[in-house]
Amino acid sequence: MISQFFILSSKGDPLIYKDFRGDSGGRDVAELFYRKLTGLPGDESPVVMVTTGGRGHHDDRHFIHIRHSGLYLVATTSENISPFSLLELLSRLATLLGDYCGSLGEATISRNVALVYELLDEVLGYVQTTSTEVLRNFIQTEAVVSKPFSLFDLSSVGLFGAETQQSKVAPSSAASRPVLSSRSDQSQKNEVFLDVVERLSVLIASNGSLLKVDVQGEIRLKSFLPSGSEMRIGLTEEFCVGKSELRGYGPGIRVDEVSFHSSVYLDEFESHRILRLQPPQGELTVMRYQLSDDLPSPLPFRLFPSVQWDRGSGRLQVYLKLRCDLPPKSQALNVRLHLPLPRGVVSLSQELSSPEQKAELGEGALHWDLPRVQGGSQLSGLFQMDVPGLPGPPGQGPSASAPLGLGPASLSFELPRHTCSGLQVRFLRLAFRPCGNANPHKWVRHLSHSDAYVIRI
Amino acid sequence: MPYLGSEDVVKELKKALCNPHIQADRLRYRSVIQRVIRMSKLDQWGQAEVLNFLLRYQPRSEEELFDILNLLDSFLKSSSPGVVMGATKLFLILAKKFPHVQTDVLMQVKGPLLAACSSESRELCFAALCHVRQILHSLPGHFSSHYKKFFCSYSEPHYIKLQKVEVLCELVNDENVQQVLEELRGYCTDVSADFAQAAILAIGGIARTYTDQCMQILTELLGLRQEHITTVVVQTFRDLAWLCPQCTEAVCQALPGCEENIQDSEGKQALIWLLGVHGKRIPNAPYVLEDFIENVKSETFPAVKMELLTAVLRLFLSRPAECQDMLGRLLHYCIEEEKDMAVRDRGLFYYRLLLAGISEAKQILCSPESDPSLRLLEDQAERPVNSWALDFNTLVPVYGKARWATIAKCQGVEHHGPELPNTAAFPTSGSLIPEENKERVQELPDSGALMLIPNHQLTAECFEKTWLSLKVAHQQVFPWQGAVHPDTLQMALQVVNIQTIAMSRAGTQPWKAYLSAQDDTGCLFLTELLLEPANLQMQISVKQSEARTETLKSFISVLETVIGTIGDIKS
Repeated sequence: MISQFFILSSKGDPLIYKDFRGDSGGRDVAELFYRKLTGLPGDESPVVMVTTGGRGHHDDRHFIHIRHSGLYLVATTSENISPFSLLELLSRLATLLGDYCGSLGEATISRNVALVYELLDEVLGYVQTTSTEVLRNFIQTEAVVSKPFSLFDLSSVGLFGAETQQSKVAPSSAASRPVLSSRSDQSQKNEVFLDVVERLSVLIASNGSLLKVDVQGEIRLKSFLPSGSEMRIGLTEEFCVGKSELRGYGPGIRVDEVSFHSSVYLDEFESHRILRLQPPQGELTVMRYQLSDDLPSPLPFRLFPSVQWDRGSGRLQVYLKLRCDLPPKSQALNVRLHLPLPRGVVSLSQELSSPEQKAELGEGALHWDLPRVQGGSQLSGLFQMDVPGLPGPPGQGPSASAPLGLGPASLSFELPRHTCSGLQVRFLRLAFRPCGNANPHKWVRHLSHSDAYVIRI
Repeated sequence: MPYLGSEDVVKELKKALCNPHIQADRLRYRSVIQRVIRMSKLDQWGQAEVLNFLLRYQPRSEEELFDILNLLDSFLKSSSPGVVMGATKLFLILAKKFPHVQTDVLMQVKGPLLAACSSESRELCFAALCHVRQILHSLPGHFSSHYKKFFCSYSEPHYIKLQKVEVLCELVNDENVQQVLEELRGYCTDVSADFAQAAILAIGGIARTYTDQCMQILTELLGLRQEHITTVVVQTFRDLAWLCPQCTEAVCQALPGCEENIQDSEGKQALIWLLGVHGKRIPNAPYVLEDFIENVKSETFPAVKMELLTAVLRLFLSRPAECQDMLGRLLHYCIEEEKDMAVRDRGLFYYRLLLAGISEAKQILCSPESDPSLRLLEDQAERPVNSWALDFNTLVPVYGKARWATIAKCQGVEHHGPELPNTAAFPTSGSLIPEENKERVQELPDSGALMLIPNHQLTAECFEKTWLSLKVAHQQVFPWQGAVHPDTLQMALQVVNIQTIAMSRAGTQPWKAYLSAQDDTGCLFLTELLLEPANLQMQISVKQSEARTETLKSFISVLETVIGTIGDIKS
């Protein structure tokens, strides 16, 4: 059982502190936790920590925490509790607080202290419920929403309150408002956000062969509709689960494992690949899936490195050619290549293929930033470095073998409107008929991003 | 009581689980449990809680057991890791007599565990990795085909990378060894020195099985000439030379030149030890040691000086001509100028030893150069699933067994740790806890078991006096094959808190040993082991200071276990 729960800011200031059992120390535990966390020896993990006080058993407690958007959510317990359940509970709490206060962050928490305490009262101790829907009946305080000032916001306000084109197109900040907006606010928008997010981890050997591909996908739903309204999500019809299933003609879209949220009805899934559900308000992961080794589409990036290494003069020349194999209409954003270098690299001279790219040295590695890469394009960079410290028998001419300590290169990127598995949401239909209000807005987004995209050199 | 929906069952459940009268009435208890299991509208927290409660229930018959397992099967497929792990634990414990069911459950949970290992939440990922390691201890091949899932990515935090390296080290087999080693080699040059060193140590661990490939990588790493890498590589070399004699040749070839890149105490000690023990195969060993002797005045670590003394003396015994002069200089320095008393005493000791004669010095210093049997003791072969089933889905695997033991010990001083009431509530805990956990069993105050106190010291004279004054309480003969390794036996006995008073040297016939132990009530157990290789048996005679048959029996069973284990290893 949880003895205490607290939230710390990234700098260690306690924002929220709640004691449930009164069986251990006072508020200073928060400080103690932060001290322990920052002074932890390298080989111990911070996830679970213990303090043992000499004075009595009341001082023994385990700290279990998660980091979420820069905050520490910490629970203490004196029992040998299930770590999985507790970690899950903490992340569920983070989502719940996000549902109620808008996006989770230091500012929103400190602005909504009363609301957070009220929520904790209802949820914790022994876990009562974590459903946004049930809790709604008990929570009285309303969230204080911050309106960060930005020029983009100004543009969407529009003259005389007229709805401009822009406010319909870009829901960038719309999803970060509280799910349960104030009861008095009748002009509340009915909106549904459906995101298909995939994380891609890839390992490519130095000879270009593919060693590992792993896709972790999720369909996330954030619903602002009154709960109980039914919706149907249609997935690509060629979607197959497992290695043996065959659907449609052509290669199909194959994943290895799928798990669904417990509120999803699967009666139409077998026949038409339709998920039927009555989502509660708030965030929810409708479906999770995994895919490994067998990717239907080509990998988004290929890297062709060539290394010239002159041991005698200590000159290292790296030529990197990056090919983007996405369809020509797609593009990759925020592409960053990280290449660890041998120790003692001093200078860098670079020739890059286009002006918007940037390369720099830092923390013993080369960082090559490409803000935008169009599908089908090819970019290159030539980097020359001096490595005076690296020893070796002098007098050998330039060699093609890479010195130890160079590589492997890793890429990080985002692929908007692209899923590596090929899974698409065909439609999102709402059975809900709003009374008097306009049709609800539906936003469906697809996104892939890199988890670990490693290329050995 | 947690929120378990609003059904009336809650009330009854509450009663059943808290009220001893109802617990005694198995029929009622059983029906409540059946109803709890069938409760469908629980949220995941309720399910986890119910699974936790059910740990207390002991099905009466096999039929009922499988009935419960079937009812619970859907929990294993839940989307919440907490529920899946809770169900796994319950299955493992309920099916403790059915190893194939346990293996089956662990197969089923493989998917969810792997998914948690690549989860976006770092913390969940860490907890899952710890549990993967736990499972690997019992089923080494369980995750071997999924080794790629445990490759590190550079953006991961340190503690996850370290766990993944450990997992990789444990799941390695003939098929994936090449790929795993290639991956680990990449980590060795990581920017973070800690991580690089952990990767090198992991390669060293794998080298015990796949020597050639690993030696090649380790030797290559020396070519980098980086201090933090060289020092760890040399330390792994030392361990390898001790555990796997077949590596010695390769180690000796790789060593020359290392001395330039080692600055820290641990690395220097390892290098000096290797030069001393295997110096006869390394041509320039005396000159490297001579350099160390030249600089001994500026050496800051006493441990390095001690190691140096021993190494030079050992090398002197095998290559006297080259070492005589520098040994003299070193001894002179240590005796006349050294300020650290331990080093000075060691110097004096060796000096007097040399005065006593070369053959005596040889006898004392030229101990065996390797001890492969230590390896067998170290990696205790596959532990049964039942040994950790109770710890599954608790904090124990997350802390690691060793750290948990120290934590529990700290808590045990004040109260009996949080897990004890749980164990006590479990009716068959005695049979569940295998030999490794004997210490824990002994901590149960009411179990009536024998508890030998650690650090019990008895002088040889005292032993002799007591031995002569007592009568033999028990005499027994165990089968035994082959020779005895006294060090191994002594170490094993120490583990169970039995002190060795005296022992014959290996190979002596007949071979004898005298042991003593004391339990918490002050009762002394004195034992004589007598081995006559001719008739393949080990005779033990036990004398006891207070005549109590129960404790005597358990003492003999402890002794039997130890002798049985050591005998097994040898045969």
